[in-house]
Amino acid sequence: MKRLGWILALLIPLVVMARVEVYQFDDPAKEARYKRLIEELRCLVCQNQNLADSNAELAEDMRRITYEMISRGESDEQVITFMVQRYGEFVLYRPPFQTSTVMLWVGPFVILGAAVLVLLTIIRRRTKEQAASLTAEEHARARQLLDDQKT
Amino acid sequence: MKARFLIPLGLFLALVVLLGVGLTLDPRDVPSVLIDKKASEFSLPDLFDPSKRVDSASMKGRVWLLNVWGTWCPECWREHEFLIYLAEQEKVPIVGIDWRDNDAEAKEFLREKGNPFIAVGVDPESNAIMDLGVYGAPETFLIDKQGVIRKKHKGAMTLQVWREEFKPLIDELEKG
Repeated sequence: MKRLGWILALLIPLVVMARVEVYQFDDPAKEARYKRLIEELRCLVCQNQNLADSNAELAEDMRRITYEMISRGESDEQVITFMVQRYGEFVLYRPPFQTSTVMLWVGPFVILGAAVLVLLTIIRRRTKEQAASLTAEEHARARQLLDDQKT
Repeated sequence: MKARFLIPLGLFLALVVLLGVGLTLDPRDVPSVLIDKKASEFSLPDLFDPSKRVDSASMKGRVWLLNVWGTWCPECWREHEFLIYLAEQEKVPIVGIDWRDNDAEAKEFLREKGNPFIAVGVDPESNAIMDLGVYGAPETFLIDKQGVIRKKHKGAMTLQVWREEFKPLIDELEKG
């Protein structure tokens, strides 16, 4: 019984989150575009949330603008341009590839490449060292030990 | 070769410096893209008389401050006294945008604490403030005679910000 209580308590946040305004679209394609856009646009108030997740009042108003623009028949680009003109590229969760964002896009791959290089050299060096450290006698002994195990 | 053990230490220190610098930056301070651009025109209902409108166009030819506030915003309470000082002592024209607020509470607030604004427009749906790239309150814009945004300050206006950033620029703009 107590357990059931806990489970219900854990569901409370979901109920609270569901209190987001609902917009009616005349066209499911528009609704899909609306949903995609509010996923991609950042809430300026709670910066680590997108418009879809944020309960901030400004986010609510930005969702409304997005809805209005889409139902008026404007394109995704027009909505994005509208937001960027006012709030800068910071409003985009996926920043465009340009000189100021090169490090952002390329940086992780550079670091990954460097890490792989370091790993490879270490592995190569280890195998070389091990190969050199066994003499013929030791090899014979190792073989013998392994054969003993088999029987 | 001996100093090889220092490599991880060096990397660690570099990381410390990087993260240390990151800590001193304010992630909430998103640079405005609208500085030196023409301020979007707005026409909002007047807080004290909804049949009248507060138009940004009527400020053409003047150097003025635009202050976005709301009674729900604690920093706005804090800066209010200074705005009154600016209006009364420094004779700066300040237009207010009362953002997403309760009209009655806003009027009560201004009646009680004094009204530094030459006009206050209400923006319950964020239409005007979004055009200005506002995402928090208070924000204060300095707009020149041609209607161009010359400066923007996020957070409460203080004497220091006023003296260092606004006053010299205003004096210069008034001359031009």
